[in-house]
Amino acid sequence: MTARTVTQKRTVSPVPGMLNPVVFRITLRATLGRKRAFVFILIPVLLLAITVLLRLVAKSPSWPAEFLGVFGLSVVLPLTALIIGTSALGAEIDDGTVIHLLATPVSRLSVVTSKFAAAVVLTLAFGALPEFLAGAIAKGFADRLTIGLLVGAVLASVAYNAVFVMLSVLTTRAIAVGLLYLLVWEGLLGNFVGGVRVLSVGQYSVSVANAIARNSALNAHLTTGTATVMAVLVTVAALAVAGRRLSSFALKGDAV
Amino acid sequence: MNGTGLIELRNVSRWYGNVVAVNDISMSLGAGITGLLGPNGAGKTTLLNMMAGFLPPSRGELTVDGRPSWRNPEVFSTLGLVPERDSVYGFLSGFDFVRSTARLHRLADPDAAAHRAIAIVDMADAQDRRIATYSKGMKQRIKVAAALVHDPAILLLDEPFNGMDPRQRLHMMDLLEQMAAQGRTILFSSHILEEVERISGTIQVIVGGRLAASGDFRAIRRLMTSRPHVFLVRSSADRELGAALLGRPAVTGVEITPRGLQVRAADFGTFTRELAGLCREGDISLREVLPSDESLESVFAYLVAS
Repeated sequence: MTARTVTQKRTVSPVPGMLNPVVFRITLRATLGRKRAFVFILIPVLLLAITVLLRLVAKSPSWPAEFLGVFGLSVVLPLTALIIGTSALGAEIDDGTVIHLLATPVSRLSVVTSKFAAAVVLTLAFGALPEFLAGAIAKGFADRLTIGLLVGAVLASVAYNAVFVMLSVLTTRAIAVGLLYLLVWEGLLGNFVGGVRVLSVGQYSVSVANAIARNSALNAHLTTGTATVMAVLVTVAALAVAGRRLSSFALKGDAV
Repeated sequence: MNGTGLIELRNVSRWYGNVVAVNDISMSLGAGITGLLGPNGAGKTTLLNMMAGFLPPSRGELTVDGRPSWRNPEVFSTLGLVPERDSVYGFLSGFDFVRSTARLHRLADPDAAAHRAIAIVDMADAQDRRIATYSKGMKQRIKVAAALVHDPAILLLDEPFNGMDPRQRLHMMDLLEQMAAQGRTILFSSHILEEVERISGTIQVIVGGRLAASGDFRAIRRLMTSRPHVFLVRSSADRELGAALLGRPAVTGVEITPRGLQVRAADFGTFTRELAGLCREGDISLREVLPSDESLESVFAYLVAS
């Protein structure tokens, strides 16, 4: 043991920290190490398996857009982002490990953005990439639909994760609230109320995919401009809200 | 060392809805070791969380190194926190965990800082194992290493002795004493009186959210041992023994119950010495002596009343 006291010098980070590499790496490992990782690893396997099956048996020429556009972009991708996005920060708040990141001088906003970045990378790997591969299996790599699906899926990976990371800070029931958002807001209301579509991440991704694929089966309702601008706005706003709320992160004592 | 290590609380209260967790506490902590003592639910964790900036006071003023800690993660450049919960990233090795913390603090040489902190808690042998394989005491020590890695002037530890065996407890106590001797402000909480027996510093006793007693441990210890004790005594001749005990100044009351004699003693030490003598003189054989009010609550309740 040493009685000597060493004064530690601090280095100044070249990029004053929106992305903290330590938080990023720990989040990747923690998220992949949780039991629920099986779910987001299994889902793309299923997607690819069904695509192969459809490729062999489906008769209708519009099945790739119907299956990968509707099921892939509007069901598989949001669910993958939901599991990953709520796991990246929410699960650590639940089990208390996040305290080891918060009990440091790292800004709370950069904890949020680094966790968001890790969630996006994982969703790209387990959501967007399989969607692209499925498109390639159905129509070939260079097909407009395949490219459209990829771009739509990338945009969805970014915007959905911002929303779900924000929900993780706002509520301890992020998965339930996220599911309600997907099923009721995007799934149900989005079909009847035009205004809802402007605030639906799913519509941003399908609309951008449609801008490239130009396929009516994609069920897109927004212009490319609206979809892109709104996706950026929603992402930035969600991260800002999450950063603000994490700055007021409170731990309750044992008295209650 | 980083920072002056001064924690100041002025009339700090914290409530959750209608429940008051911390009630108008003022204290000033500086270099040295301080034990925050109190039964479960007394408000110790609430107080520590407020000091570390994880909870705003509902009323009053709380500063660390002269700055409020709420919404100010910068306090962690001079403060280390060892939370009570055992949750650590189990997939990391002990060394990776401490080095990651060093990187989060943006230390110039995270590897060296991690080695130094791990050496302080004597965990070098186990540093390459995954934390998931650690015992409770080892997890506690690696958490201390992480909290120490940036050489803070203040170290807050929430129930650091929980789940430790006596040997680990002694080791941790020595460690805290050493760090205090280096001029750090060490504050730890505990709900077990015996845990703090060996401590050289001061004690702050909290009961029901209020500061019940504070000061030198020996003084508080004296208060605690000289408080009235109630014993249940069974012997071969309860009535004779009872009569003899009543003649002693250390005894303030005797009651004969079906289960034996209920003896109220003003002074714990004198009573236990005299009891044996009385039995010898009267040729009475002593069957059982049971302290009947040793619960923590009664000890703390006594401290509040005095």
